Amino acid sequence: MVEWTDFERATIQDIFSKMDYEVVGPAALSRCLIVYPWTQRYFGNFGNLYNAAAIMGNPMVAKHGTTILNSLERGVKNMDNIKETYAELSKLHSEKLRVDPDNFKLLSDCLTIVVAAQLGKAFTGEVQAAFQKFMAVVVSSLGRQYY
Amino acid sequence: MTTLSAKDKEVVKAFWAKVSGKGEQIGTDAVARMLTVYPQTKTYFSHWKDQSPSSPSVRKHGITVMAGVGDAVTKIDDLKGGLLSLSELHAFTLRVDPANFKILSHNIMVVMAIMFPKDFTPEVHVAMDKFLAAVSLALAEKYR
Repeated sequence: MVEWTDFERATIQDIFSKMDYEVVGPAALSRCLIVYPWTQRYFGNFGNLYNAAAIMGNPMVAKHGTTILNSLERGVKNMDNIKETYAELSKLHSEKLRVDPDNFKLLSDCLTIVVAAQLGKAFTGEVQAAFQKFMAVVVSSLGRQYY
Repeated sequence: MTTLSAKDKEVVKAFWAKVSGKGEQIGTDAVARMLTVYPQTKTYFSHWKDQSPSSPSVRKHGITVMAGVGDAVTKIDDLKGGLLSLSELHAFTLRVDPANFKILSHNIMVVMAIMFPKDFTPEVHVAMDKFLAAVSLALAEKYR
């Protein structure tokens, strides 16, 4: 089981409680599709992903970005149970969506950059460490049910 | 991975022109973050008395690293050739595992996002990511 310090728990709760999922989600997902264009392979039915402007204006990308953040919130609310929280989603990503788990880390890195830009100086090294630890646990749980 | 397109080089040079004035600050914060967020990187600095983020050693090293990045921008058309001696330094003397170049690159970009949130757009992000990856590759050139 993952051990969380008081600082880490408080930091994660704080970051997500102040976050506007409808801004951060779309920003993180579109950034991922732009910076790591091979991730677009999973979004063939999303329409126009032809260039950065199209991606950033794409309503399906925006909606899915928000969905992802809402899903992350479940992990935030169940920090002592993240593996179980994402067991079903892991199966979905493995069996139905067939997403290479390496991609989870790419999206996670983009989310880190977006959160960093939002929080500015408040995103200290210690806060970054806590955030990245949380994301690493989520990413690991998402890859857990692959076989 | 991929070579830098003309557009990538343009974007990198333009963004670097904007931010190079804060190079020392970027470097110091990036190195400090790396040591905090990825504690395994501290193993390369056991010779420092003080490994804390505010130590003068961290600042000095951040300045050194960022000067290297700035130099790489001027040699963007031939990174392998231009960074040859730096590669030899990292290969034979420092022997830093190249996986760590990725870690430091990530932290450099986090700091850029913090300090220049409006300028570090997705287009700048992808060009910078490619550039730092190309620099890392050039640094690893002489390893084996």
